[in-house]
Amino acid sequence: MLEIRGLYASVDGHEILKGIDLTVRPGEVHSIMGPNGSGKSTLAQVLAGRDAYEVTSGEVRFNGQDLLNMPPEERACAGVFLAFQYPVEIPGVATSYFLKTALNAIRKARGEKELDAMEFLQFVKDKAAAVNMDDRLLKRAVNEGFSGGEKKRNEVFQMAVLEPALAVLDETDSGLDIDALKIVADGVNKLRGAERSFIVVTHYQRLLNYIVPDYVHVLVDGRIAKSGDKSLSLELEEKGYGWIEQAAGESCSAGK
Amino acid sequence: METTLRDIVENYGLQLRRRTEGDDAARPAEFDAYRRAAFDRFAKLGFPTRKDEDWRHTDPRPVTRTAWQPLAAPEVDVPASRLAPYRLDAGNELLLVFVNGQLQPALCDAAALPQGVRVRGLSAALVETPARVLPRLSTAAPHDEHAFVALNAALFADGAYVHVEKNTQVERPIYLLYLTIPDRRGGSVQPRNLVVIDDGASAQVIEHHVGLDNEAYFCNAVTELVVGNNARLEHAKVVRETDAAAHIGTVAIEQQRNSHILAHVLTFGGKLVRNDVRTRLAGEGGNCDLNGLYMLRGSQHADNHLRVEHAVSHCGSREMYRGILDDASRGVFTGRIVVQPGAQKTDAKQTNRNMLLSGSAQADSKPQLEIYADDVKCTHGATIGQIDENALFYLCSRGIDEEAARSLMVYAFAREALEELSSEPLRAQLTELVLSRLPNGDSLRDD
Repeated sequence: MLEIRGLYASVDGHEILKGIDLTVRPGEVHSIMGPNGSGKSTLAQVLAGRDAYEVTSGEVRFNGQDLLNMPPEERACAGVFLAFQYPVEIPGVATSYFLKTALNAIRKARGEKELDAMEFLQFVKDKAAAVNMDDRLLKRAVNEGFSGGEKKRNEVFQMAVLEPALAVLDETDSGLDIDALKIVADGVNKLRGAERSFIVVTHYQRLLNYIVPDYVHVLVDGRIAKSGDKSLSLELEEKGYGWIEQAAGESCSAGK
Repeated sequence: METTLRDIVENYGLQLRRRTEGDDAARPAEFDAYRRAAFDRFAKLGFPTRKDEDWRHTDPRPVTRTAWQPLAAPEVDVPASRLAPYRLDAGNELLLVFVNGQLQPALCDAAALPQGVRVRGLSAALVETPARVLPRLSTAAPHDEHAFVALNAALFADGAYVHVEKNTQVERPIYLLYLTIPDRRGGSVQPRNLVVIDDGASAQVIEHHVGLDNEAYFCNAVTELVVGNNARLEHAKVVRETDAAAHIGTVAIEQQRNSHILAHVLTFGGKLVRNDVRTRLAGEGGNCDLNGLYMLRGSQHADNHLRVEHAVSHCGSREMYRGILDDASRGVFTGRIVVQPGAQKTDAKQTNRNMLLSGSAQADSKPQLEIYADDVKCTHGATIGQIDENALFYLCSRGIDEEAARSLMVYAFAREALEELSSEPLRAQLTELVLSRLPNGDSLRDD
């Protein structure tokens, strides 16, 4: 489904991703962990098409398409979804209106019939219930005045509505209390399926107790320093990131 | 032909003579005296220039350097079809139509006026009930400091006189539609409206200025709103002059105790537009809400100049003006808040937000706070910026294409201003106007 090969990216001339290789097959859940500043969020944003990041080399193929050559909206229509670390407030745009526009753009791209207002309302009400989201939030402007927890829940809700093939969750657990974390994780788990893949970017192991990954990758200084299964995240929980950073540093200097 | 300033003042002096001479016995002598006094004031003040602080960002020369002649009423009747796009809710609104500043009785629709409401042409009202009307004129908009206001007082041909008696609630909107149909030579129109809302009464007045043919003309409009104790008034002024026209307008408000005013100024059309809005909170417990939108493109220039005077204690004012500036247009906002000595517990809030859609568009925003009391709350804030890139990326990342996302952001911004209008048909009409100016705007319509 997703093939990342030798991906380098920089922002303002500062190199952040320094050769990422990653393969995600349908139905898999990959977790990207790593210390602050290791490039986790950059990777998430590059996949979604944020133009503040310049890809300097490498390629990303998504279901055979050259993802890096597609503008963000085409990526979304092709089935890529980013749950933002910091969801953006958009005054004046009602959540329901925004989501209907987005859903219909994606449905159109998939060759499906666009939903009218009534059909859409029924469709989202069910989805909102599934993530315990108060459907009164639908009438409010996108994320405006939402609490941190409501914003994150809104991201998972949008994911449930848009039904992407690949969902990238960028630190969806940050700023959540344990109850909100469970609701968010539960929402994600309901969407897991044989055809849908996830990249779960997180700093802490905690989220992975609820969203159990198939693979765990540790990002250090723009490279995947270590990959493993769920047990790797537990090891990180115990030992911290220091030992991997150290090992990565040694192999780096050894390489030079 | 070189037109000197003297020629211009002389031209207006001739027009004054035409208005005040002749043996029209019906015209009260006091009214002639009023006009002459206003003209003297105008001649003394002289037109402003960019050297005046209040006109620093707006060059008035396109209107001050021409010896404008008043536009005549068109020779043929204006067909109802030209009116139709601007009507709000036929059958419900109390409609007065003015063409080139002259009342057109045949086009009006203000029959079956509710009890306690007078809606008339101002010049007719001045003849019929001078003792009632004349003392009220120029109370909210005295002509001692503003040359355009003084010029209007000296020369206005007509306008609306609205009087709502004590404790009368007018449900139907009073709709004043000003159509300008200039001839090839161009010309001027100078409408004047006087709205008096007595104690405990309420009303909604919409003043819509529309230019129909793309010739140069100059509209110099003055509206006075006199609002009594416990009275409520919503006033909406919509400026849709043509791309060749200039509109210089003043809305002047005088508010008494516990009164509430919601005043909108919504500017879409006009090459040069200047809106002065001034309100004087003269009775305790008064509140005013000033809502504005200017959506400009091409080389349009609009200057909104607000002045809120808190003359007594315990009053509130809120100003929210939004600008959407495309192409090489320019928006100017000045918000002056004056808190007089003794006006304690004043609560004043001013916000001006500008969205620049092009690299050549320009916005200037300037708060001016003059506070002579010590127990007050005054806040002001201004923003000038492009469309928020983070928000744009967020929308696009959900599948909305960039052009539609941009239009959506602009539409949402404009809609926040339009939602303040309580007239649903006016909101719908202006929403359509906003959408028609946005790429892919059709797709944004709510269904």
